Parts: sequence; C-alpha cells; structure tokens
Amino acid sequence: MGLLGMIVALIVGSIGTIVLGLAAKWVDRKVTARLQWRVGPPWYQPAVDCLKLMGKETVMPAVARGTGFLAAPVVGLSGACLAATMLWAMNLWVGSGFVGDAIVVLYLFTIPSLATMLGAAASGSTHASVGASREMKMLLSYELPLTIALLVAIVHTGNSFRIAEIVGAQQSGHAVALSISGVLALIVAIFCVQAKLGLVPFDQAEAETELMAGVYTEYSGPPLAVIYITRALMLAALPIFLITLFMGGVHMTGWRVIVSVLQFVLLLVVITLIRNTNPRVRIDQGVWFFWYLVTPVALAALALAMIGQHYEVTWL
Amino acid sequence: MSWKLWTLKKSLFVYHVNVGACNNCDIEIVELLTPQYDVERFGIVLVGSPRHADALLVSGICTRQAEPRLQELYRATAKPCVVLCVGSCALSQGVFADAYHAGHCVDEAIRAVDPNAIIAYVPGCPPKPEAMILGVIKVWEKLEELAGGKPAAAAHPLAEVART
Repeated sequence: MGLLGMIVALIVGSIGTIVLGLAAKWVDRKVTARLQWRVGPPWYQPAVDCLKLMGKETVMPAVARGTGFLAAPVVGLSGACLAATMLWAMNLWVGSGFVGDAIVVLYLFTIPSLATMLGAAASGSTHASVGASREMKMLLSYELPLTIALLVAIVHTGNSFRIAEIVGAQQSGHAVALSISGVLALIVAIFCVQAKLGLVPFDQAEAETELMAGVYTEYSGPPLAVIYITRALMLAALPIFLITLFMGGVHMTGWRVIVSVLQFVLLLVVITLIRNTNPRVRIDQGVWFFWYLVTPVALAALALAMIGQHYEVTWL
Repeated sequence: MSWKLWTLKKSLFVYHVNVGACNNCDIEIVELLTPQYDVERFGIVLVGSPRHADALLVSGICTRQAEPRLQELYRATAKPCVVLCVGSCALSQGVFADAYHAGHCVDEAIRAVDPNAIIAYVPGCPPKPEAMILGVIKVWEKLEELAGGKPAAAAHPLAEVART
C-alpha cells in the first residue's frame, strides 16, 4: 500500500469509526434511558451535540497555556483515529500489519488519555488538575492488566505480536474467549476498557458534579466537540479491539457480519450495564481494584493459557 | 434558520446554579429528568461545568455572597447562552426582597454583566416542571425572533408537553 492508499485508508477508517462511535454513543444513552424507564434521546442526538458544540464560542481561560490547551484534544483524536484505522486494516486484510503492531495499537489507545492529562494540566484549572492526577493514577493501574490480557490472546494464537495473525489463528482455530483463560482475560479487558473510556465506576477523572467536569472543566465549543468525538470513537474502537483479540476478529463478509455486529452490540450493552449499575468508586478504591484484584486474575489467566499451550489443552 | 440555532434547539446543555434557593425549585428541576418528563428526549441534559452549558438554570434570591459568583459564572459560560430564572425568588426575591443578605435580583445581576442577555422568567414557588418546559420554549421563540425567523417553536413536541 502506497502513501496515498494509507492516507485514504486513514480518512475512511477515521470517519467510519466516528460515525460508528456516534451510533454507539446513542445506543449507550438509549439503553441508559430505557434502564431508567425513560424514553431517551433520538438517534441523531450525539451528532447534533457535536454540531452544536462546533458552533459555540471557545472560551480561553486567562491562566491557560493556549498551545497545549488547544492542541491536546487534536492530538488525542489523531491517536485514536490511527489506532482505529490500524484495527480495521488488520481485520480486513489478513496479510497487513507488522511485527509488534499489537503493542503499537495498545500504545496508541493510551494517547487520548495522555492528551487529556496534558490539556487538563494546561488549562490551569484546579478541578482539571485534580482530574488529571486521577486520570494518571487510573492509567497506571489499568494498563498492566490490559497488557497481560493482550498477552493471553497472544499465547493462545501462536505467540505472534501481529494482530492480523491473532485474527487469522482465531478464524482458522477457535476464538480465544472459548477457553477458561480467554474468558478470564476478556473479563479483565472489559474492566480495563471501562476505565479507559472513563465511564462509571471508573470516571473519577471526569467526576461530574464532584470536580465539575474534571479534566474537561475548562473546555468549551469546538475543542469540547473534538473531545466528544474522541470519546465516541473510543467507544466504538475499544469494543472492536476486544472482538479482535478475544472473539475471533471482525468479519466483514458473508453472514458472519451479523455475528460481529451482535458481538459489538453485546459488548456495548455490557459496558452500559456496568456503567448504570455501579456508583463511582474513590480513586484509591479504583487503583486497589486494578492492582490487587484484576491484575492477579489476569496473571492467573496468563498462567493457565501457558499451561494449556504447553500441554496442548485447548479449553484451558 | 441557521444551523447554529437549529442545533441549539435540538441539544441544550443546562448548568444548574443555586444562588440561595430553599432547594424546592432544585427538586422540581431534577424532576425534569425523571421518567415523568424526561427532557433528554429533546436533547436537554444537565452538565457539570458552565463552559459546556448553553443555558444557566438559576434558582434562588441571589444573595450578596452569591451575586459576584453568579456574574462570574455567566462570564465563564460559552456564548451563545441563555438564562432561565426559576422560581419566585429568582424573579423578584419574593419575601426576602428587603432582607439583610439579599443582593440584586438575578436578572439585574446578569444584565450588569451583559445588557443583551436573553433571560426567561419561570414564576412559581416552586414552578411546575411544565412551566420550566414552557420557559425553554419561550427562549427558543426569542432566539428565533433574534435570528429573524418566523416563530415555529409552538409546533415543537415540547410545546405539546407543556400544554398538557
């Protein structure tokens, strides 16, 4: 693929994932509303929210560092776009990608969090600073279990760090989640994704009404729209990441498309259910949860997977 | 009608400001989000920061302590934004008008910052949620008037809710 092809793929992949993300955002809000016995917003609500924010004024706080404050949302969006496009490409073309691209995608998925921290720190608001410090603590706590969960998928699919090979091995064999260690790793990864998306119970960084809007307190107008779009994109890209690693990859042809769509919606609804049935935990509880509960489970899953691979017990 | 006005009508982020209310109005405001009224159907949601808001929902008499904070909040809100004064206290300070701790009325405090602010008044002690919805519609009509369009907000589904 030439440079032009890459640029076209990036644009198509980004826009497609953003549209999918806005739809996912609507599903999230609609399911929330139905759970609370309400009707909920119409399907175009997230898109209208973005459009409206695009037309609003951008307030620059007097104490903010302009460049970092305004650049951070764009950096976050570009990182998320790149990660989403790479995921699509590796699911579509079996031969694509390079050695170690699983690590690159995992790394790119942390860029929105890093950008959020930068922007919050640059905004000069005390609420945002507290939010940024919490975001950093959450990042430090959930990254390790997520990486170990990724390793479980890698052990299951022939010790390859190429996502295309992880997908290929699952499609010719069985999905990673059809084993004990795979299920454990999937559960661990769902918790990590919940924290990565900044949703309740791990939304301490935003902590609406506790820290006003936490890391996003000072943003208004178009930069806020970019943040909104980034979060919508992550809401679509991270479930796709989970499907790619644990549920046999995203199918783009034949009747298996329906399976992929169902898996996507299922993951989305699980995330929404977790968000709606839990209170926000304190930051120390969140860190404790990931370090002392989720990480050991992830390590146990990894050990199980390695034992299973060594003795060729596929269900382990 | 410009796309900005249309999107503003379809998605209104509300920041709730209490400047010395007895909490009765606040309870009625929260009732707007419950299944009975569910204003999220029309894209109206409560947000945590005034920077995200399109509407300031002000309740309370605006005490001397709260007045400069309210003005600062109005300055912090990204424009275009509207102000909804909810309850008798926010309208006229009610029985507290001559009290030692009362500042200026909410509308006077805001007009001191921005003489052209769009302010809607929702009377009642506390106002019914239907009255607040009607207040939102009045704001839309005013916005359309300012935008030079024909008032069409009466045909909005929210108007239906407000009438029943």
